[in-house]
Amino acid sequence: MDFLIFEHPILIVQALMDGVLLGILFALIAYGMALQWGVMNIINIAQGELVIMGGYVAYFLYMYGIHPAYGVIVSPIVMYFVGIGIYKLVINKVVDKDLFTSILATFGISILMMQLMNFVFGADVVVAQSNFGTTMLFDNSVTLPNSKIFASVVSVLAAIVLVLYMKKSKLGRAIRATAQNARAAKILGVDTEKVYASTFGINAALCGVAGALIAITFTLHPYVGLPYTVRSFMIVIVAGLGNLPGVALSGMGLGVFEEFADYLLGTEFRIAAVFLLLVLILMYRRFKLARSREYLK
Amino acid sequence: MLSNIKKKDLFIYLGVLAFALIAPNVFPDYRIQFTFWLVLIILAITWNIQGGEMGYNTFGNIMFFGVGMYVCSGIQIGLFFDLAEWTVSGGEKTFVHTPDQYFQGLWVGLLAAAIIPAIIALIIGYGVLGLRGHYFAICTLGIGIASGEVAGGIELIGAGQGMTAPPWPKDIGGTEYRNEFFYYLTLALFVMTFVFIKWLYSTRFRLVLNAIRDNEDKAEAMGIETMRYKITGWVISAFFVGLAGGLVGNIVGYIEPVEVAFDGREMGVFMVLMCILGGKGTLWGPVIGASVFHIFKESFWSFFLGWQYVALGVLIIVIVVYLPEGIMGFLREKKPEWFGEVMDEEDRKAQVTLD
Repeated sequence: MDFLIFEHPILIVQALMDGVLLGILFALIAYGMALQWGVMNIINIAQGELVIMGGYVAYFLYMYGIHPAYGVIVSPIVMYFVGIGIYKLVINKVVDKDLFTSILATFGISILMMQLMNFVFGADVVVAQSNFGTTMLFDNSVTLPNSKIFASVVSVLAAIVLVLYMKKSKLGRAIRATAQNARAAKILGVDTEKVYASTFGINAALCGVAGALIAITFTLHPYVGLPYTVRSFMIVIVAGLGNLPGVALSGMGLGVFEEFADYLLGTEFRIAAVFLLLVLILMYRRFKLARSREYLK
Repeated sequence: MLSNIKKKDLFIYLGVLAFALIAPNVFPDYRIQFTFWLVLIILAITWNIQGGEMGYNTFGNIMFFGVGMYVCSGIQIGLFFDLAEWTVSGGEKTFVHTPDQYFQGLWVGLLAAAIIPAIIALIIGYGVLGLRGHYFAICTLGIGIASGEVAGGIELIGAGQGMTAPPWPKDIGGTEYRNEFFYYLTLALFVMTFVFIKWLYSTRFRLVLNAIRDNEDKAEAMGIETMRYKITGWVISAFFVGLAGGLVGNIVGYIEPVEVAFDGREMGVFMVLMCILGGKGTLWGPVIGASVFHIFKESFWSFFLGWQYVALGVLIIVIVVYLPEGIMGFLREKKPEWFGEVMDEEDRKAQVTLD
């Protein structure tokens, strides 16, 4: 078996750049997951579906002749209200139950959303053309679509805005207080129910931004949500909750891993590689924890 | 063991068995539905060993189902023909099993379909079962989907196109006879699974599993080697789920990685859902849950026509949010005396509702 990537070392540069730009997007989704995990202590399996739905909002604009880049502004607004709606209907009933209940309930939401998107937009793979052109580097041997650069710039901006919002605003302070100790926050007059609802909404809005960016840089399909959930879960457990530089770094690491897996194993094993990496990371974590338990003994 | 069974229970068991033996002959048109009903019950009661008794909510049991399916059909074909040529040529048109070959292959294949998933459970069990709570749930979800994706990339077993299971030899009877044969084979598997699990629950094993569910660290501190019990439980599940997978592969006749074998969106969720619907952590709960679910699914699925997954999503949410204890839990709360819980008359009178 000969690998193209070793015959043409310039492809390594290509894979690295693609991976990093892709990873920034993953990190944005993972940040949303870390937020709701930290604040509400639920794991949202429907995270990937929220992303894809955000992407379809941008695609919807594109179908009506509006440039899909505006989706970056429209989609988070739409998704914020979708998120609030999902919270009011389902999540507020499982938020204080055990984790498996929330996993299964959000799994139900994920199946539901998947199928609804399939009805509305069809089961075809779609892409919203942005016509941003491409940048060529190193004597035209490395191609870099401008849309990907646009996507990573917007993701970084969105993350910065969110961090500032969490630091400075009143709601941000309430969210951080609830994450630290929900009961104490409640005693001190924080309306935790409202905090939970807005946390879920903000997470959905972040997914909306990421989805709109995915719509213009990659492809959309109703059934590809779950890999995004798993990717963000992976990034969060590697980085830890509330560690933003860690989330960014491990997001980029995951992006680079995927690009290399693409070249080395073939595209048909890409999703399998993501899921197997998840298992490997969990195993590593498990044996590391087991060792520290041995010390205690 | 027989002496332990009370007379009243014996009547129930005989009644169920008689129903299972007679019903498919009274309603021959529904024979396939009855077969799948039994398969669903098998999946639910084996999932209950992890999810209900042990508190390890797995989404990964579907992997054993798919592996059993591929192994069984692969061996049925591979014993007599070249597997690669079979999948390339689309199978049944070029190669024909004689009845003798068919049955030899089926028995060997089913045996392997039970043993190989059990071995896989044994190997991965030490790593996977060391995870707790939601890490375990997500890890097994990943395993279930990864196995489907991997199977979809292997050319030998037809990759994403899938492969055909060996067709029923026409010389010994038509489709009717085939359906009857597989129904009774599934019934035999169901009886085997149920009796084994009932025996298992009467031993110390169940107490250990419940101790793990209630507080694993405490159980370990009391000197129970929890890992050994957890792996044993998983191996038992894998054994029976693999067998069921091997049978379903032959009944469906066509094996496709994502929608038949490693169907996390249908069977993989169904087994969790049926167990919760019936009541986790009871012997009869999964049986009742699977029956109710199957009846609901078969009678209403056709009305939804294309909206099945929407209905499924809503059903999951409703069951998880409003009925987390299941039917058995609901009955237990309303009629505790049916479960042998004696409630003192004085206590009942002394109860005060605080409104």
